Formats: sequence, structure tokens, C-alpha cells
Amino acid sequence: MNVQFRDVSEQATSVNASKATKTAIKTAIADCDIHPARASKTELYPFMARRWHVHLETYDRHPYQGMMEGPPYPKAQPNASRRDAYPPEGGLQGSSLSFMQQQHLDPNNVVLGVLNPLATGQGIRNLDLAAAICSAINDWQIEKWTGRDSRLKGSIVVANEDSAAAAAEIRKRAGDPNFVQVLLLSRNIEPLGRRRYWPIYAAAEEAGLPVGVHAFGFGGNPITASGWPSFYIEEMVGHSQCQQTDLASLVLEGVFERHPKLKMIMIEAGFGWAPSLCWRLDKVWQRLKSEVPDVKRPPSDYIRDHIWWTTQPMEDPERRDDLFDVIDWIGWDKLLFATDYPHWDYDEPTRVLPAGVSDANRDAFYLGNARKVYGLS
Amino acid sequence: MARHVIASVDELPPGARKFLEIDGRPIAVFNIKGEFFGLLNRCPHQGAALCEGPLIGLAQSGNPGEIEYTRLGEIIRCPWHGWEFDVRTGQSYCDPRRFRTKAYPAHVEPGASVVKGPYVAETIKVSIESDYVVVEL
Repeated sequence: MNVQFRDVSEQATSVNASKATKTAIKTAIADCDIHPARASKTELYPFMARRWHVHLETYDRHPYQGMMEGPPYPKAQPNASRRDAYPPEGGLQGSSLSFMQQQHLDPNNVVLGVLNPLATGQGIRNLDLAAAICSAINDWQIEKWTGRDSRLKGSIVVANEDSAAAAAEIRKRAGDPNFVQVLLLSRNIEPLGRRRYWPIYAAAEEAGLPVGVHAFGFGGNPITASGWPSFYIEEMVGHSQCQQTDLASLVLEGVFERHPKLKMIMIEAGFGWAPSLCWRLDKVWQRLKSEVPDVKRPPSDYIRDHIWWTTQPMEDPERRDDLFDVIDWIGWDKLLFATDYPHWDYDEPTRVLPAGVSDANRDAFYLGNARKVYGLS
Repeated sequence: MARHVIASVDELPPGARKFLEIDGRPIAVFNIKGEFFGLLNRCPHQGAALCEGPLIGLAQSGNPGEIEYTRLGEIIRCPWHGWEFDVRTGQSYCDPRRFRTKAYPAHVEPGASVVKGPYVAETIKVSIESDYVVVEL
């Protein structure tokens, strides 16, 4: 039995409870990973041709792997989200702009919030349907979010396995100030450096937009490099493996040689592993570079020049100096603060960075780097 | 330390919890199988409203493959990151050495003694015929 009594409404209690942290942070921050949700299954219909409404109701979506309705693994909290983030008017966590403002954007002083919609058209086998859903999601971001709150910026969601359609969608949105990046997921049919994805990078570079690669996705491959694991906790740590193979592929396929202005952002897969991946890549590149002549510089050079990293879920080593060593190696100018709101593994802005960081680095971490990489400074 | 009357016993049956603010502090009082416990409603990890989470049990393994699920309804699981705390003591089961949430003693007092004081009644009408839940902080 879980009967609950309260003198005030549930939502008001949650807000009151965070009053202390609300006043503790005065500085404006960027949140580079916010997940907006739909309040109903038909919320995208106004942005899709009637044909697709009937199609979805008749055939639904045919994914590259099962369990597309949810993520590949069941999550530890409902909808993988905070239990206190249900909007008072109903609907999933993250589906109400007014409640997102009240619970997150206002009290945490988020002045730049980047939307990363999940459960979109990515990973659907019917490529025309995939493109239609992605384009609808992009219109929906403007209509429901960025057009109503200028702090929020959208991501151009693209049909990842149909790079011609994806590039067309990017070109259609290029120059639209509602969008600050192109969004891909980390699990695709092939590693992200493969040729099938190149038109996406060409279009993004041409539009001057960074490409964000968010953890998760539906490529049909096992979600770890050694097969399907038993537990959700293994999926959680598996994101870094997946991002590592994508990064190695991007560098070794010569993507950054072909697109010297391309910027990419690794979202929600950690960053503590970056130095060891780079050390290993550099070492084997010295011995095997004749195999990949397009790769003219040590792989770590490309990663330092082209890659930014969102922070959540923040690395949390026992000794804070270990964290500082890693960030020093990556560069304080490459980290982008993110909360992952409203998801359950949300990082509270006031709690992620230990004491001992200079004001300049702190400002860059929380806001300055984001403004630069998204071209908003 | 003041004693606060927060509810009549009838209002808070076993399994129920009540949220309130006392001296600016968010508190939740739980009835666990007839016993009353108060907890600070703020997770020591990242500050979430801890007591909004579900009450669960404790899954523990003495030896590999032997799992006991005990203390059903006595463990609170944080609504954000799922950290588990013992409602009886505030003890963390994730990192007991570093984290504990503040526990406040709570118990039942008869109306006769509550009316006499010295108690701080939190918007509760007190009558001599009933029993009341009292939390100390």
C-alpha cells in the first residue's frame, strides 16, 4: 500500500523541496540534453500527411529490432524518467512545456536548452515513413517548444539510414534559428564513419551545424560489442563502448579529413574513456597507418579538434583530482553541461562539479562552450 | 527540539505517508506497519524529493545465487536515481559510509497529553479523545 497525504499538491511539494538548490545557483546555464515528449500518440499527426496517419494505424512502425515501442531494455523508472516529473495536466514526463519551465528551466536558470527528441523516425525500416516522422518531429519542435520559449533550441532529427532524405531535411532546415544541431543516435546499422552516412555530414557541415550523437538507437545489432547482455545496468555502461566504435570509425574512415569544419557532440555516453581510446588509437595508427592513408594525423588530433562532449551522466570518481586530470586532457573548452531532464538519471546542476574549478572554466563548462559550439555567442 | 503534532492516527494508516514542511524543512512521516517514522524529504545525493519515491523491499544476497527479499515497504527508493534508504533510520543502502538522510523520531501520543502540551500543532485540530502522530525536530 502506498497511500500518500499532503497538505499541498504533489507538484508544489516537489518544487518546494528543491527551493534550496533553486537559490543556490545564480549563474545562467545551458542544458545540452533535454528530452521533449509527446503527450499523446497522435500529437504528430498535424505535421504528417493523412496517408501516414492511416499507415501508422494500419501497419504501425517496423523497426530494425524488436521492442521499438520502448527502449531495448526496460528502464529503472517509468518511461526512464523522474517520478516527480509527470505534468499536472497528465501525459508523459517531458510532454508539457509549462511544467518543464516550472520544474526545470526557471528554477535552474537554463538560458539555453537543447532538445533531443527520442522515439522518432530513426531506426524504422520503412524509409519514407522514417523521413515523414522525422520531418514531423522537427515541425513539432518549433510548434510546441522552440516557438513558445526562446530559451529552447531544437535538433534536426533525420532518417539516419536514408542519407539522401536526411541531407534533404538538413538543407530544408539550414539557417532556421529554431535548430542548433543535427541529431543522430549511436546505434545504427553500421558504425557512423561508414560511407552510407557521409551525405549527412556533408549537409551538416554546409549548414554550419554540429552533429550530435546521442546514446541509444535501433540498428538491429546487439547493444554491447560482445552480444546481448543480461541486465539494464550493462546497457547503461554499454553506451560508452558504442560511442567508442562510432568515434573510431568516424576518424579512421577519414570523415574529418573530408569535412574539416564538421563538429560533433557525443551525448550521454561519458567522457572519462576518451583519453585511453585516443592513446590506443594513436599507438596502433603509428603501426598501421598504411591501411588508412586518408588519416593523415594521429587520431587523437581529430578527436581533440572535432569532438565536444556533454557531461551527463557526469563522471564521478572517488578522487576529484582524477576527474580534473581527465578534463584537463580533453580540454575545459570541450565539455557541455547537460541534465538529461526529465530522465531518471538527471544530473542536478549544482551537484556535478566539485569545488576547485576556476571561474573561467566553470563558466565555459556551464554555458560558454555551448554557446560557441552551437554558434550562439 | 520541538514536538509537532502532524496528524491524527486515523489519518495515517499503515503504508501511508504524509508530506509537510516544518520550520522550512520538507518532512515526510511514514506509517510502516503501525510504527511511525519521520524523514527529511531531500535526497543527500543530488537533492531530489526523496520521499516521493516508491516504498520497496530490500534485495540482498548472502551467497551468489541466494537472494533474500525482505523488509517489504520499509525502504524508500529515490524518484530520480533510485538510491535506497531505510525509512527506519535514514541509512543509505547505496553508500552507507558517505550518505544518510536525516531521520526524525515520530510516535503516537494520546490526545490528553497532546492537548496539555508543550506541542506545536501543525494545522491539526487536537481533541482529547483521539491519538496523534507526533514528530520531533
